Amino acid sequence: MTADQLVTSQSDERSVGLVETVTATLFEPPGALQLASGETIGPVAVAYETYGQLSPARDNAIFICHALTGDAHAAGIHSADDKKPGWWDGFIGPGKGLDTDEYFIICANVLGGCQGTTGPGSLIPNSNDRYSSAFPVITVGDIVEVHAALVRHLGIERLLGVIGGSLGGMQVLEWAGRFPDQLASAIVLASAARLSAQGIAFNAVGRRAILSDPAFNNGHYYDGDQPRYGLALARMLAHITYLSETSIEMKFGRRLQNSDEFAYDLQAETEFEIESYLHYQGKRFVERFDANSYLRLTKAMDYFDLADSYSGLANALGKTDARFLLQSYSTDWLFPTSQSKELVAALIESGRHVTFAELDSPFGHDSFLLELDQLEDLVIPFLAQTQQEIRRQVPPTI
Amino acid sequence: MATKRYQMPDPTVAVTDEIIKGQIEPGSRVIDLGCGDGRLLKLLSDEHKCSVQGIEVSQNRILSTISRGVPVVQGDLDDGLPDVPDGSFDFAVLSMTLQQVRRPQYVLTEMLRVAHKALVVLPNFGHWRVRAQVVRYGRVPVTDSLPYEWYNTPNLHFMSLYDFRDLAARLNFRIIRELPIINGRAVDRAWAANLRAHSALYVLERGDS
Repeated sequence: MTADQLVTSQSDERSVGLVETVTATLFEPPGALQLASGETIGPVAVAYETYGQLSPARDNAIFICHALTGDAHAAGIHSADDKKPGWWDGFIGPGKGLDTDEYFIICANVLGGCQGTTGPGSLIPNSNDRYSSAFPVITVGDIVEVHAALVRHLGIERLLGVIGGSLGGMQVLEWAGRFPDQLASAIVLASAARLSAQGIAFNAVGRRAILSDPAFNNGHYYDGDQPRYGLALARMLAHITYLSETSIEMKFGRRLQNSDEFAYDLQAETEFEIESYLHYQGKRFVERFDANSYLRLTKAMDYFDLADSYSGLANALGKTDARFLLQSYSTDWLFPTSQSKELVAALIESGRHVTFAELDSPFGHDSFLLELDQLEDLVIPFLAQTQQEIRRQVPPTI
Repeated sequence: MATKRYQMPDPTVAVTDEIIKGQIEPGSRVIDLGCGDGRLLKLLSDEHKCSVQGIEVSQNRILSTISRGVPVVQGDLDDGLPDVPDGSFDFAVLSMTLQQVRRPQYVLTEMLRVAHKALVVLPNFGHWRVRAQVVRYGRVPVTDSLPYEWYNTPNLHFMSLYDFRDLAARLNFRIIRELPIINGRAVDRAWAANLRAHSALYVLERGDS
């Protein structure tokens, strides 16, 4: 979720290099998308990127579901002097966890987002107005419907895998429930079948911060300033939930930013290093994110409840033959290991192919973006075995 | 300590896997507790069309299991099997591991909670060479294949075939098969099995089933 803190130095041969975000237009009239709320929307623009080559048999495609504030730009750089690679660059590329020499990787921005896919900041078709507050409330199911349409649009009937962490992991689970025949494997990182009440609580406070910012103006702010203070505050709060006690202690401790002594000044809001860091994160976030999107995507996360949508977890996950790889992290308290284990129990109950490991990491919920070596060790053989299995079932036509 | 010591049967020998395979009906649902590198489950899946699940505590062995395409869930047997619903499997397998868990009774009870039958292979510390070693040298049976002394061995419990039968009876588990393994061969109705068997395979079910 904190993609902006993840700047890795990559040697060129391990990078996917120059990439660009492209847009597909789907759900054009009369085929508008029916949303869970009952409303319809269309056409829908979907921003996506791809890396690697699709095999002639079209059996090597992997779809990445990004987390709350991610985007389609998962790997590579957008220009030769681009200093900041995609948000999961350390995991995607030749010889990496998602090996672009082997697989065709797709990542697309979510419906309701603000990074190229239709969202509240997009123009209403045949109008000069933006959706703003008129943009419907969406669900994880709606997000996955759009992505499944994109995958079909790309000519792929069945994905080798769907992978994602956090809200991305929820999307992976939804894929398995909604399109059981369209994936051969599901990789769910630091995620859960539903957000905990504690998680909803944090999201609620974040939304309140936005809604109570005077600049919010009922969602109609695109002609002026966006609710920067509210959105930054929401981000600061959320950011704490992505870290762990250990990681904050390791990274910042009680150190002061610019002095050895207390200032005894309430205006000194960046006195402690952790304070300064959170302010920085908030400030950076409002430069790239839209408050209306934040409201809707956190709500989609709150609403997500796989067991409720499919009459039980075993029922939701029992229809697919996909192999599951679940991963939790020892210090993640937002999506704790116990929630992954609930999924494990449901998958065993329904006789699915399930692999689970809890990885030791001090980095809390953010581990799935940071602990890439450990993740690679599991994902590389898991995907290779899945690929081998589906090619054994259906020999490639020559 | 130069004394030649008793060799505990190697749990990774393929011959044990074949003997276990012989006791499992094709197409069964099988969970292997402490599945190691997943070799037994791979065999059962490929040649017996079983649907399989491994449980393993070691991260490295989990990776080896994934590399065979065998599903594996991280777990410590001493914590039981809290993520495995009742009756999810036909067979729960525990091969050469019972002597290493903290509470053997608890693990056996968990096995027959999650599966209809438990298949247990255990080393027989009643073997005559173990006895001879104790009598002649006054040394506890520590194995050569695992470089452990009594104070750091993972083998917490020593049992013989007689001892295991007692435990099964105490837990009200029915032994539906006892197969002594002598020199790597399963011998049905061996004479003096408790003296001669290096290990033994048991198939158990609940007494009330």
